Amino acid sequence: MKGLWRGFLTLVSLLLVWQLVVTLGDLPPYILPDPWAVMLALWHHGESLFHHAGVTALEIVLGMLLGTLLGCGSALALSYSRRARRWLLPVLIASQAIPVFAIAPLLVLWLGYGMGSKIAMSMLILYFPVTANFYDGLRHTQRGWLDLARVMLPEPRRWAVLWHIAIPAALPALASGLRIAAAVAPIGAVLGEWVGSSAGLGYLMLHANSRMQVDLMFAALFVLAALAVGLYFLVDTGLKRLLPWHPTIPETEID
Amino acid sequence: MVPASFVPFSHNCDSPPPLAVSLRAARLIYGDLTLFDRLDLELSGGCFTCLLGPSGIGKTSLLRLLAGLTSSSISGELRGSDGRPLTGRVAYMAQQDLLLPWLKVLDNVMLGSRLRGERLDRQRALDLLARVGLADYALARPDTLSGGMRQRTALARTLMEDRPVVLMDEPFSGLDALTRLRLQALAAELLAGRTVLLVTHDPLEALRLGEHVLIMNGRPATLSALPDLPGVPPRDPSDPAVQAAYRAILRRLEVA
Repeated sequence: MKGLWRGFLTLVSLLLVWQLVVTLGDLPPYILPDPWAVMLALWHHGESLFHHAGVTALEIVLGMLLGTLLGCGSALALSYSRRARRWLLPVLIASQAIPVFAIAPLLVLWLGYGMGSKIAMSMLILYFPVTANFYDGLRHTQRGWLDLARVMLPEPRRWAVLWHIAIPAALPALASGLRIAAAVAPIGAVLGEWVGSSAGLGYLMLHANSRMQVDLMFAALFVLAALAVGLYFLVDTGLKRLLPWHPTIPETEID
Repeated sequence: MVPASFVPFSHNCDSPPPLAVSLRAARLIYGDLTLFDRLDLELSGGCFTCLLGPSGIGKTSLLRLLAGLTSSSISGELRGSDGRPLTGRVAYMAQQDLLLPWLKVLDNVMLGSRLRGERLDRQRALDLLARVGLADYALARPDTLSGGMRQRTALARTLMEDRPVVLMDEPFSGLDALTRLRLQALAAELLAGRTVLLVTHDPLEALRLGEHVLIMNGRPATLSALPDLPGVPPRDPSDPAVQAAYRAILRRLEVA
């Protein structure tokens, strides 16, 4: 309840500052519309915003699902086999070193104007944080647990140790990766839409921009931000529910 | 001077033919530092043996060697009294309880079967939990337990393995004095009849629990046996015989 109130207060003060800038700077609406104009745009273009937001949301969710699957698979392969490390690690680092912005046009060329290229872009941008975090977690299983497993097992059973000890122990690290993924996945989707698309919030923004509908552009931006924040909170809450045993510092101690 | 190799008797140990353990020519070398070399250790079958020594002497490494947790710097010939290797016949309990935080207490107790892909014997696990006094906590998560309760769970997990040889590395050193006394008594009761080696730096713990007490000292380290104390463990720490032996140990370790 307190958090909600604080969020509301932050929002109101931001809107006030925004309005002040518009009024004091005497800015025309095609440079910076005032908050009220954006509200009206939200209202008038509600249906279209809703449609395009749905497209973008679907791209983000599919990108997250596929990127997470691919990332988890890669991290498991990396931790399980030395050969995979030798072959996959350079690919992993390259996937982060090459800017997605640079290959976005290529992806659109290969995968077309539809959702495919946007999903691929989202996947690519979140593949590295998911893989790197999970792999890191898999490599840092507590020594004592592995010793215990070694004494318990007459002959080594790597899969059993991985399944019962290493993977659960690495889940908090994977959760950190997923939080980052939730934060960056929308970037990938919107970027893909900017390069070439016929639907989605990114497309709507570009379209509005070229027709000087700056109020609609802001409205789309607003919806995108709400979508991104909502996704992050959903993922964060879900992860906390799924990993109740993972110790986190209670909020009272941070305050 | 006491000789480096030591063969204890097995007169006051009851169970019929328990597995004895022999370790020969154990050696641990880190670079120029020789912690021990040509060290021989015999654990008489069915007896509770305590290995006492100061920190950093190599006790834990010796125990890890017995547990089969070898590394490149340590070596030795290890076998049971039946001439076969010890693999799969040892249970291990460390200073940390090593409970998996995502598993309930009961599932932690059954971890061994789970790893080996065996059928889970819930009833036996519940019985063991009852014997360590945790019948009501079978479905609790480890992070809701106190340190003593966590170590009890670890004891139940060790017993669940049902191995003839039990190796323990200072399992009670992280506990408060009263909890420690209780757990020592519980361990002595529940581990009776098995071949146990308990490593500790606490002379009173060794005297309270050990049917045989070995002292590890010097560099390179050697082992020497303390004369067996009268009475059955767990002994009362205020017993005069225990007190006298305590003073003798302190003299030998050149502390007093």
